[in-house]
Amino acid sequence: MTMEKLVEKYFRPGRLPHIWCPGCGNGIVTGAIVKAIDKLELAKDDVAVISGIGCSSRASGYLDFNTANTLHGRAIPIASGVKMGDPRLNVIVVTGDGDSTAIGGNHIIHAARRNIDLTVVIFNNNIYGMTGGQYSPLTPIHSKATTAPYTTIEPAFNIPELVKAAGATFVARATTFHAQILADVIAQGIAHKGFSVIEAVSACPISFGRQNKMGGPADMMKWQRDHGVPLAAWDKMTDEQKEGKFPIGVLHHDTSKQEYTDAYDGIIKTAQGGK
Amino acid sequence: MSKILLLQGNQAVVEGAIAAGVKFFGGYPITPSTEIAEQLAERLPEVGGKFMQMEDEIAGIGAIVGAALTGKKVMTATSGPGFSLKQEFIGMACSSEIPMVIVDVQRVGPSTGQPTSPSQGEIMQARWGTHGDHWLIALTPASVPECFDLTLRAYALSEKYRVPVILLMDEVIGHMREKIELPDTYADIPQAERKQPTVPPEKFLPYSVDESLVPAMPAFGSGYRWHVTGLVHDETGFPKGTPEATLAAQNRLRAKIENNVDDIVQVENYKMEDAEFAVIAFGGAARTAYESVDMARKEGLKVGLVRPITIWPFAEKQVKELAEKVNGILVHELNCGQYVLEVERVVAGKVPVHLYGKYDNEAATPQELLDEIKKAMANK
Ligand code: SF4
Repeated sequence: MTMEKLVEKYFRPGRLPHIWCPGCGNGIVTGAIVKAIDKLELAKDDVAVISGIGCSSRASGYLDFNTANTLHGRAIPIASGVKMGDPRLNVIVVTGDGDSTAIGGNHIIHAARRNIDLTVVIFNNNIYGMTGGQYSPLTPIHSKATTAPYTTIEPAFNIPELVKAAGATFVARATTFHAQILADVIAQGIAHKGFSVIEAVSACPISFGRQNKMGGPADMMKWQRDHGVPLAAWDKMTDEQKEGKFPIGVLHHDTSKQEYTDAYDGIIKTAQGGK
Repeated sequence: MSKILLLQGNQAVVEGAIAAGVKFFGGYPITPSTEIAEQLAERLPEVGGKFMQMEDEIAGIGAIVGAALTGKKVMTATSGPGFSLKQEFIGMACSSEIPMVIVDVQRVGPSTGQPTSPSQGEIMQARWGTHGDHWLIALTPASVPECFDLTLRAYALSEKYRVPVILLMDEVIGHMREKIELPDTYADIPQAERKQPTVPPEKFLPYSVDESLVPAMPAFGSGYRWHVTGLVHDETGFPKGTPEATLAAQNRLRAKIENNVDDIVQVENYKMEDAEFAVIAFGGAARTAYESVDMARKEGLKVGLVRPITIWPFAEKQVKELAEKVNGILVHELNCGQYVLEVERVVAGKVPVHLYGKYDNEAATPQELLDEIKKAMANK
């Protein structure tokens, strides 16, 4: 389906144009999410999109599903409640790097540990965009930010490693340059029964790019092209070649673990069988 | 058929929740409310409901917001520090109009304070804990049977007005054991209904209202796809920040509560028929006050008790009428004086308003309160 057709089918009439800056990667990630939903042929009534607060979290309002634009950092607990309340729903969390790994950092690791069937798409723009460019846990060390005028001294998280260690059973990464791969891994994440995290590396030319002399939106996309390496190629690279680059694709997929709402159904059976 | 049980206040809340049809609880352990979580962990799956112990207090209330969106009746329970942590979500529940019951078993604060000692220090926090102007309901039981009844009532009000209801307990009532008569089955207990849309999905405007001022709330997954936000929104549910939209949104949230205070506010009068002096007390403090009033009566003093069952919205009409009837009021609360501020505001100097605030980790004895009553009556 063309992007126009996808917009017509899955975006709410009258809610566009969006609030994002020209050249922002958020539109591409949002487009990849609807492509994934379309690919899986999910009914719109059966999809819930829960977001936190931040630039990317505004996406929920544009999409014609059951949606909530909630509190900063708290999308995952709310999504967990939605999933527990109605396990039929495909629950997708739309969140940013600050939203999910700083203020919401506690929630993402515990949701991963539970292996609850949510699909978390982290729009990683390496910065707090909405508030104008403060450093996040994903801002690369030695970058500039409005709150790091002398550059940051904090190392960044590696999201896939973090959530994998916490127990996520599907972990993937792609960039807005690799939009097709992005849509594919999001679709796989939604189809996976368990806690799925997709890191979507996204350009924020305004609040991150400018301060760090990354050039315009096109230059930032080129940066993604040159630094994001598909897994097959990545595996053949030497450590030296990997320096400064990152793998994209499905980085972890484990189908052996029980999903949380299924496990809870077992609790209900036990509790009711006791009588 | 019914049965007589000996239950703690916290246990009666659990039974009230099950009877009300609660199907989801999210929470975090904290003294002195933990029994509620422990017992719902056992009771909910028995009735096909679900319990989740979350990673923190914030996630506890966050999870119930999510479950409420799927049409479930939901509860969280906490105490002091946890109540502080939940405040941001209480504001979201006011703004997005998400029905829920938050049980707060108050404890001595600030900070870690005294986890196991009685206090009523969260009266003002219950009203004003979250940022911004907002309107909600808080109820305070004064006995174990009332814990059950008010839990049911909390759901009736929460669903009717689409508003968070705080069941404001204190350690005295939460841990007190009393006899309670419960039906053998809850099947006959009327279930509070959430208003549903009367128009098809394509015509549905999530925040448009009839004269009740309360919008319909279809469940996620029901075919009505709508948007929830804590941003100021208009009847479409989408953000709209104009002065007109902001004013309209706030005025409606206010009016849906303030227009219905006669339905929401409950006050009990004890020995007030011929009273010349009134004690105002609620929750655990009211238990002392009943006895003090009886003792005063034995000494021939015409003292009565006015017990607010609904703490918020404030019993403005009832207190105004009281100021016309008696020649002095003593407010007894387990804090340094919170509810008394509202009493003073409404009485507005008509009769003297005295405070007996107790905040030393112990409830007052009936004799102590009686002494305070006599002192207040002497210099009325
Ligand atoms: S600030 Fe950055 S992330 Fe936010 S809309 Fe603008 S470009 Fe996009």
